[in-house]
Amino acid sequence: MSLKLYFDLLSQPSRALYILLKSSKIPFEECPIALRKGAQLTDEYKNNVSRFQKVPVVHDGDFKMTESVAILRYLAREKSLPDYWYPKDSKRQVRVDEFLEWQHNNVRATCAKYFMKKWIFPLVTGQELEPEKLAEYKQSMEDCLDSMETLWLANGNYICGDKLTAADLWAACEVEQPRVTGYDPIVGRPILGAWLDRIRTEVDPHYGEAHAILNKIAMKSQKA
Amino acid sequence: MSLKLYYDFLSQPSRALYILLKTSKLPFEDCPVALRNGAHLNDEFKYNVSRFQKVPVIHDGDFKLTESVAILRYLSREKNLPEFWYPKDSKKQARVDEFLEWQHNNVRAFCALYFQKKWLFPIITGKEMEPKKLAGYKKRMEDCLDSMEILWLSNGKYICGDNLTAADLWAACEVEQPRLASYDPTVGRPILGAWLDRVRSELGENYRVAHEILNKIATKSQKAKM
Repeated sequence: MSLKLYFDLLSQPSRALYILLKSSKIPFEECPIALRKGAQLTDEYKNNVSRFQKVPVVHDGDFKMTESVAILRYLAREKSLPDYWYPKDSKRQVRVDEFLEWQHNNVRATCAKYFMKKWIFPLVTGQELEPEKLAEYKQSMEDCLDSMETLWLANGNYICGDKLTAADLWAACEVEQPRVTGYDPIVGRPILGAWLDRIRTEVDPHYGEAHAILNKIAMKSQKA
Repeated sequence: MSLKLYYDFLSQPSRALYILLKTSKLPFEDCPVALRNGAHLNDEFKYNVSRFQKVPVIHDGDFKLTESVAILRYLSREKNLPEFWYPKDSKKQARVDEFLEWQHNNVRAFCALYFQKKWLFPIITGKEMEPKKLAGYKKRMEDCLDSMEILWLSNGKYICGDNLTAADLWAACEVEQPRLASYDPTVGRPILGAWLDRVRSELGENYRVAHEILNKIATKSQKAKM
């Protein structure tokens, strides 16, 4: 099997690629990486898997790639990716691109930051982050989730109109992440909630499978 | 002319697109937007130019688009963009994509944040940022500039190998930005310096014109430091 995916299901872009590949029935070798054990920090990983020492990474034979959005485009050209994920039609494709470029410094940055400061930081350091600082990160995330509703979801069932695209999958994986901390992004956001339900339903069962660990931890965090 | 570019030369991705279009001789209508006057914050901009209220924006006839990297791809498909910018060869293109996706949360995020906190924040609020916080932003930017050398520039004259691509143009525009705040990214970074000089030379007059305001302010900031 020429395609290998190095991933960790606690990494949002790892989940997006995993779901994309499974759902498109593109054969690949699963290479799970335990980030919590620092598996990506070894020299072995650096020299053989990826110099960036992160996930996800794809190896297509000898060709090694990082950056999930770049990988999505590569797969759309090189493998049999169903067209709806990343339409060949120029104007429809550019709308997907527009979201995927926007999300890096918006929904990805803010949701990932809050998750790292609220959940990872105490695990790594044994202390909680100062409440004032944490409140700032939370506010940034909340403002961004609000903007998801006003900027992207006000005009159709999906981010790019009336059909599911990779934009929705990438966004959904980011929006799920803060749930690990006990924060539910859809509370008070009915449009976001309806959209997320749509994605969870349509991309079943692979979406559910990829989010199983996250869902378990999220439930524990809710109860706590 | 069907293509319009809404831009401000103080915006890094605006400069990248401006230089790309000029160098490629693609005709477009120049629509400068004065960010310092809040020109993007009014309802007129929101409804007629872009709901995101940022720059750059392009209008291609009725079609409105934001996000410079998305616009680059659109131009490579729809207009006569010289191929070297964004190669049609799949693996070469994937390398340009890889950098352009990486840079958002790396060189763009850190250089832009330092510039905003050091230069913009005092202008808007009348106060300097807390030294400790500012030092944090500076450190993160410096670590990232170091990683540019190690991760991207240690294996060839350009980011994606031996030929200039859009990756170099986008990166260069970001790396220039902290100079506004009297920080020269190439000091102590000879590889980065050599690469930046290469990009500036190759793109000549168009690159210089787009960076004229930045260069003026950077020179003043340097003098103020001394």
